[in-house]
Amino acid sequence: MATSTNGAAGAQRWKEMSKPEVGDWRVKGGLAQMLKGGVIMDVVTPDQAKIAEDAGAVSVMALERVPSDIRRDGGVARMSDPDLISGIIDAVSIPVMAKARIGHFVEAQILESLGVDYCDESEVLTPADNEYHIDKWQYKMPYVCGARNIGEALRRIGEGAAMIRTKGEAGTGDIVHAVTHARQIQADIRTIQNAPTEELMTLARDYAAPYELVVEVARTGKLPVVNFAAGGIATPADAALLMQIGVEGVFVGSGIFKSDNPAKMADAIVRATTHFNDPDMLAEISRGLGDAMSGIEANKIPEDQQLQTRGW
Amino acid sequence: MNGNASSSVQGKPRIGVLALQGDFAEHIHMLGLIGINATEIRKVEQLNEVDGLIIPGGESTTIVKLLHMFDFVDELRAHVESGMALWGTCAGMIVIARELADPYPTPLNLIDIGVARNFFGRQVDSFEAELKITGIEGDPMRAVFIRAPIVQDTGDGVETLAIVPAKDDGTPEQAVAVKKGRVLASSFHPELTEDTRLHSLFVELADEARTDSARISRSTEESPSTV
Repeated sequence: MATSTNGAAGAQRWKEMSKPEVGDWRVKGGLAQMLKGGVIMDVVTPDQAKIAEDAGAVSVMALERVPSDIRRDGGVARMSDPDLISGIIDAVSIPVMAKARIGHFVEAQILESLGVDYCDESEVLTPADNEYHIDKWQYKMPYVCGARNIGEALRRIGEGAAMIRTKGEAGTGDIVHAVTHARQIQADIRTIQNAPTEELMTLARDYAAPYELVVEVARTGKLPVVNFAAGGIATPADAALLMQIGVEGVFVGSGIFKSDNPAKMADAIVRATTHFNDPDMLAEISRGLGDAMSGIEANKIPEDQQLQTRGW
Repeated sequence: MNGNASSSVQGKPRIGVLALQGDFAEHIHMLGLIGINATEIRKVEQLNEVDGLIIPGGESTTIVKLLHMFDFVDELRAHVESGMALWGTCAGMIVIARELADPYPTPLNLIDIGVARNFFGRQVDSFEAELKITGIEGDPMRAVFIRAPIVQDTGDGVETLAIVPAKDDGTPEQAVAVKKGRVLASSFHPELTEDTRLHSLFVELADEARTDSARISRSTEESPSTV
């Protein structure tokens, strides 16, 4: 079923599929709109999912292992057991996301069949395809994908992703790469916006991005879909930092359930994401949370062990 | 009329959009299209400065929790009781309902309706439909339903403005937009379309609130006008 699409065809498809009269795209992207200003938390059990929901998470990511454990354990990381995902779906009323390996469209088909609300085609799992990402237009289930720059973001959107997140460096508790990626995407948007129209095709070539989407960014000054931060967020201040830089919400992976007091940390990060611009409030929120996850310095991880370089 | 009241006959209603979580930016954009410069409401004191409040789409459990966390609940009720206009869209409708079919979260009971969350199913069951809405002239509205709730029962004086027709599979018709006084609730997301008509209708409700002399005298008592 998977036919590969080049950039131009992908962009044409985006143009067709994203017309206002085609409901599919709007209801897919629309759910991401509803998540804005919110926190999406990684959970590995139904009990953790309840803790996340009670703390005010807008969604949970159902996983067998959080990224820091995947990093520690090594080996091949795959889609979670359907029993685990269904158990979490049954435990909470908020939307449930789950991860498929990059390019593993059968894992994605299974997730859609389980009723997963959003699929993360994720570099945190071991890629199943070195060349091709999933053709995300084939699904009613919407997708979120990681990106480090505008080209990667627009390629994923060209393939049908309805939400983008920064890759950061998952499982480290180190915010530096999420900041780098969020800033890079914004810098690229400014470049596109400031370019005269005759330069847009060349920018599309340089970014390896679908031309139509580069034109769209030039017109609107933002990504055509909602943009969250992910990868290394471990404290309320981390979440507020990314929000002030300009993302629309945050994913917290290992940062909650690898901290001293997950319920308290979850609650604090939710509050900080709402009041990200209020230092007095943030000071109050940050008090007495106990230790954040211990973490590892992301800049010291050799490139061949980085998760963010998976996918293109 | 005294000086205060006549000065308020001109001008526009002040509208706030609850900005704790959800798609508040889209509502603010829609209001901008019809000439209303709306305010993001993050702190309860800001409610004193608006004639109408929109509770946007988002996650209802999250929004209810944040409303409690940041001490909005009692003040919000007092403002609605004194005549402020209120509109809940999707999650916002769940937040302001009297009661829900599921046990969680506990809604604020600001309009006398019972609501079922995620009535149509999960995200893969989200859809769009053409809706004829009482009070909206012209073509039907394109309505976007995302993990949408429906109104299961309505109390005295609650007017049903729109329904999704019965389906072939035996699902009966469902109320998806209702109104009582100046409180409006809708299951769908006009803020995700280009159609501003329902926002215009809400602005009219807020304008009623703005020129409501009973409500003006209440706010005048609280903060004496310099006029």
